[in-house]
Amino acid sequence: MPQPQMPGRLARWVLVTVAAASVLWQSTPVASGQASPYKAPRTADGRPNLNGIWQAITEASWDIEPHAAAQGPAPALGAAGAIPPGLGIVEGGRLPYLPGAAEQKRKNFENRIALDPEVKCYLPGTPRAMYMPYPFQVIQTPKYIMMVFTFARAVRTIYMDDHMEAPADSWMGWSNGRWDGETLVVDTAGFNGMTWFDRAGNFHSEALRVTERFTASSPNHLLYEATLEDPKTFSRPWKISLPLYRRLEPNAQLLEFRCVEFAEDIIYGHLKKQPSQ
Amino acid sequence: MRDRFLIVVMVLFAVLISIAPALAQSTAAGRATTEAGSYRVPRTPDGQPDLQGYWTNSTYTPLQRPEGITRDFFTREEAIEIMKKAAAAESEQTTPGTIADVHYDFTQFGLDRNQGGVPLNLRTSLIFDPPDGRLPPVTAEGKTRAAERAAARKRLGGPWDAAQNQSFSVRCILMNRAGPPMLPGAYNNYYQIVQAPGYVMILVEMIHEPRIIPLDGRPHLPGHVQQLTGNPVGRWEGDTLVVESTNFTDQNPFAEGASEKLRLIERFTRVADDRILYQFTVEDPATWTRPWSAELPMLRTDGPIFEHACHEGNYSLVNALAGARADEKRRAEDAVKKSSQ
Repeated sequence: MPQPQMPGRLARWVLVTVAAASVLWQSTPVASGQASPYKAPRTADGRPNLNGIWQAITEASWDIEPHAAAQGPAPALGAAGAIPPGLGIVEGGRLPYLPGAAEQKRKNFENRIALDPEVKCYLPGTPRAMYMPYPFQVIQTPKYIMMVFTFARAVRTIYMDDHMEAPADSWMGWSNGRWDGETLVVDTAGFNGMTWFDRAGNFHSEALRVTERFTASSPNHLLYEATLEDPKTFSRPWKISLPLYRRLEPNAQLLEFRCVEFAEDIIYGHLKKQPSQ
Repeated sequence: MRDRFLIVVMVLFAVLISIAPALAQSTAAGRATTEAGSYRVPRTPDGQPDLQGYWTNSTYTPLQRPEGITRDFFTREEAIEIMKKAAAAESEQTTPGTIADVHYDFTQFGLDRNQGGVPLNLRTSLIFDPPDGRLPPVTAEGKTRAAERAAARKRLGGPWDAAQNQSFSVRCILMNRAGPPMLPGAYNNYYQIVQAPGYVMILVEMIHEPRIIPLDGRPHLPGHVQQLTGNPVGRWEGDTLVVESTNFTDQNPFAEGASEKLRLIERFTRVADDRILYQFTVEDPATWTRPWSAELPMLRTDGPIFEHACHEGNYSLVNALAGARADEKRRAEDAVKKSSQ
């Protein structure tokens, strides 16, 4: 585990306490992370140290909305392939789909084996990458905060300086970050509109804009909150929140999950040469 | 054609600009080992030698020394002349008006390696050990394995019978030269290095390949847990980052034939503000009769690195497979027509 240095610890503590107090005054009741009394250890440049290997423990990967257990899309796997029940991560429970989008979500669910980008080992997008059931690692520097994900070896680069609008559309989006006291705030846009939120067909358009807040709530927890705006798909902005847990195994590390090979028959199988030809 | 000529002139100008800083330096990248002595490597706040930034290892220097060349180094003038010719040839490598020209117009899409800067390298080959600049002889075991692999590939059928019959590169699983060791090709030769306490992370642009290198002296993975790019463990030796990788699968596309016994040692030494000397040694007694080593410079360049979603946009694989099936169908229909005449 990286051991953060704490130069000028007392002075910083005072500063941070004042900053956190002012945030507290302004904070809205829903932003519980901002009210966290916990102060993270500092990096050399005095920022909350978010370095580490983190993982969500949630059933949101199956469905970000509250859902009961159900038969999975691959019944051959029996109970091992069943959908586990979960309370979801969406504030208020349901997504505020526009009427046409609700219909599209239903179609996505019905055809999820054919349409879910995860099945094809495509880059999972933001925020889906954050709560897939695999570890991801944060490598934090003053200028760039890199997030490396197990699934598909996806990478997010969060630009702390040199903010710009996305120069091109992408799967993971273009992320500009800034510090708001104890909280890393990341504004992500520039999506290509081809990613989903979960395996239940919840989706968005290329107009999605994600504002994430990462706040350490203990040495081994981050509170992850995100506001999602996509006026082409939803009638209003909506929020998700969940804790991220530090992987504490002494030898914790990201292993290769090079999933393309596992998806090739699904993507290209219909183009295989048939023996009869 | 006049446009094309202008583009080539512009490209050559870009090459010269990228060479210029190299000329100002007292020694060539190829001898950079000695440069390290005079350069004070900056430090990260936690005291690591600072390798951070965007880098390119583009080169026109071949891995193995070409036949007929017996020297280790070219003169500066010779090296510049070779780079200029190579840049011009690369810009003109497709025939105007052909499909290939539209698909890979190197001058139009930034695919040209010299558009991003190519550090001057006086070496006649990247391999410097063995001293002849050539890969060592392959062992008997290595030859047998290569033959078995070729036979296994043949049993799979034609190259376009199925996606799995194609290389990892074509399937966007791992570009065969992206390594490790990290060797450049014609495009996407960019790397971003970031460092946090306990870790160095190298983002390889080609197929968004993140390499997380722990520095805490942890052991390698259990031997039977094998990964395509191995299991890297790093340490600092003075100002040099030494990365030792083991646990490779026997499918590593590097060098057409390395075995799972491959042990790779990479060395990163910042020798100037704008330069890292990248060296590596390959040990695989099951494949080569002796270890071999190569080196090439990494030149500081500008970011950002864009997302290279190779697999997600792999239309060429779909189209090539679909084309092969369409060809078969047409041939079958032609055969039926002929037999009915």
